[in-house]
Amino acid sequence: MSDFNLYSRGDKIFGYANMFLIALFVLSTLYPFIYIAAASISSGFAVSSGQVVFFPKDITFAAYDKVLSDVVFWKSYANTFFYTIFGTLVSLAIIIPGSYALSRPQLIGRRYFNFFIAFTMWFNAGMIPFFLNLRDLDLLDSRFGILIAFACTAFNIILLRNFFEAIPKSFEEAARMDGAGDFSLLWKVFIPLSKPAIVTVALFCIVARWNGYFWAMILLREEDKIPLQVYLKRIIIEANMDDEFASTLLSSSYSFETIVAAIIVVSIIPVLLVYPYLQKHFNKGIMMGGVKE
Amino acid sequence: MNKLDTNKQGAPSSMSPLSALLGKIKADWQVYVLLAPMVIWFIVFLYVPMGGLQIAFKDFSLFRGISGSSWVGFEHFYTLFEDENFLRAIQNTFVISFYGLIFGFPIPIMLALMFNEIHHFVFKRVAQTIAYLPHFISVVIVAGLVISFLSPTTGIVNLTLDALGFDKIYFLTNPEYFRAIFIGSNIWKEAGFDSIVYLAAIASVNPSLYESAKVDGATRFQMMYKITLPTILPTILIMLIIKIGNMVEVGFEYIILLYQPSTFETADVISTYIYRVGLQGSQYDVATAAGLFNAVVAFVMVYAANWLSRKYSSSSLW
Repeated sequence: MSDFNLYSRGDKIFGYANMFLIALFVLSTLYPFIYIAAASISSGFAVSSGQVVFFPKDITFAAYDKVLSDVVFWKSYANTFFYTIFGTLVSLAIIIPGSYALSRPQLIGRRYFNFFIAFTMWFNAGMIPFFLNLRDLDLLDSRFGILIAFACTAFNIILLRNFFEAIPKSFEEAARMDGAGDFSLLWKVFIPLSKPAIVTVALFCIVARWNGYFWAMILLREEDKIPLQVYLKRIIIEANMDDEFASTLLSSSYSFETIVAAIIVVSIIPVLLVYPYLQKHFNKGIMMGGVKE
Repeated sequence: MNKLDTNKQGAPSSMSPLSALLGKIKADWQVYVLLAPMVIWFIVFLYVPMGGLQIAFKDFSLFRGISGSSWVGFEHFYTLFEDENFLRAIQNTFVISFYGLIFGFPIPIMLALMFNEIHHFVFKRVAQTIAYLPHFISVVIVAGLVISFLSPTTGIVNLTLDALGFDKIYFLTNPEYFRAIFIGSNIWKEAGFDSIVYLAAIASVNPSLYESAKVDGATRFQMMYKITLPTILPTILIMLIIKIGNMVEVGFEYIILLYQPSTFETADVISTYIYRVGLQGSQYDVATAAGLFNAVVAFVMVYAANWLSRKYSSSSLW
C-alpha cells in the first residue's frame, strides 16, 4: 500500500512488531523442514552428536544412496502414485455425474437424495462395521478395494453440487434448444464451465490419497501393495528395518536418523512440487464449500 | 421447469400418479443414470455398515456372520461402562479436545488479523505460503518429525537441553507430556491453514470503514480491534460451534502414531480404544458398541451445534 508513509509513529511500530511476530511464526513453521533437510545430507555422527542445527555438517549423500537403493521404497512410491492417480479418477467419475444429478431441479426426490448424502457427514457406522463390510465384500488386501472404498466424501459432493447449481440457466437453455440431453449437457456445458471447482475437488482427493495411511495399513497385507505412507510408518515410527539394513548402520556414514531424514525429504518433494498449484486453488475451494453449505 | 415439453411426452393428467411419476422419470432418465453410481456407492460403503451396527447388540462371531449371531441386548455396553480403560478414553477424548480448543482456536484468528496487517505484498505472500504448507504434510511425517526432534538420545531438543546442563526428558514415554506434544504439533500443522477462513471473512470488510476511522485519527491497532475483529465475529462464532460439535473427532490417526502403552493414561481416546479392541483385538462386537456410542455422541453434538448456530447467527451450517 502506498499510503504506508501516512501512518503515525505508533502505527509504524505496530507494523514492524507485527511483521516481526509473523516472521517468527514463519520461521518456526519452516524450521523442522530446514533441520530435516540439513540432517539428511549430514553424516550420522554429526546429527546424533547435535552438531546439526541449521546447516549440514560433513556433507554426504550416503543416506539418500541407501534409501534410493531400497526396492520396497520404490515399490511403495509407485503404489502411492497408482492409488493417487486412479483413486482420484474413480472419485471424479462417481462424484461429477452424481453432483450434477443432485443439482437438477427435475430430479424427483432431490431433497431426499441430498439428505441421503449429507447425513453421512453427521453420522457414520464407524471403523468396525466399515471394516467388516469390506471383509464381506472381499476387498481386504485388494488394490481395487483401496481405490473404490474411499471414493466419495459428502463434502466434495456438496461443494461441486453448489457450483453446478450456481451456473446460470441461460447456458443450459441454449444447449437444450440444440436438443442436448443430460449426458451431453454435463459433458459439453457443465464440466467445461466448472473447471475450477472440479480441479479443487481433484486436489482434495489427491492430497487425501497421497497422505492417507490408516486404512491402507489396516486393509493391505502384502508388501507389494503398500503405499508410501505405510512404508514410512514402518521405518520412521516403528523403526522397523530388516536386519541386513540395520547391520549396515554401524559401519557407515549414515545413521538411522539421517536415513529417516532422507526418507522424509524424498516423500515430501512431490507435495512441494504440486503445492504452488494447490495453493492457487484451495482458497477458492474453501470459499465455495466452506462454512456455508 | 417448463423445459422440453416439445419432444418428450408429458404424462396426461388422466393417468394414475404412479404412471405419471414413471413418465417423469422416463423423460429425465439420463439424470437418474448419472445419479445411480453415487447412490449405489453410498449404500454399499456407508449405509450397509450402518446395518452392521446391530452387532453392538449381538454376540458376534465371524463364522456365524451378522444374521447368525444371537442378540445379547445391552451387554456390551455394560461391559464397556465397567471398563476403566473405556471411561478413561471418554475422559481423554474430551480433555484433549478441550485443551486443543483453548490453545488451538484463538491462534488462527490472531494469525489472520496479523496477516491482514502486513502491507508488504511479497512478504505477505511468502509468509502465507509457508504457513499453509504443513497442512499438506501427512500425519506420518509429522509424527516422524516429532519423534526425531524429541528422541532422548539423538533428538535436537534433548541435545540442546543436555548442552545447557539440564537432564534429558523422555517426552514420548511420559504421560505428562503427551497432550502438550499432541496439541502443540497439531497447532504447528493446522493453525496457518485454519486462518484462511478468517482471512476470507476479513476480505469482506467494507474499506470505507477504515477510511473514516483513519480520518477520525484511529490507530491501526484500534482499527484491527474495533473494525476487523467485530466484522469477523460471526465467522468466529460459527467456527467455534463447528469445533465444539466435532469435539469427539480427535485426530486418532495421528494419536496412534504417537502414543504407546506408557502414555495410554493420557493419550488413549475413544477411537484409539476402538481401534485396539476391534481391529487389533478382534473383539468386533464390543468395539462396535463403543463406536456406536461414539457416533451417537458425535451426532448429538453436531446437531446441537447446528441448532445453536441457526439460533444465534444468520447462517446455519447446512
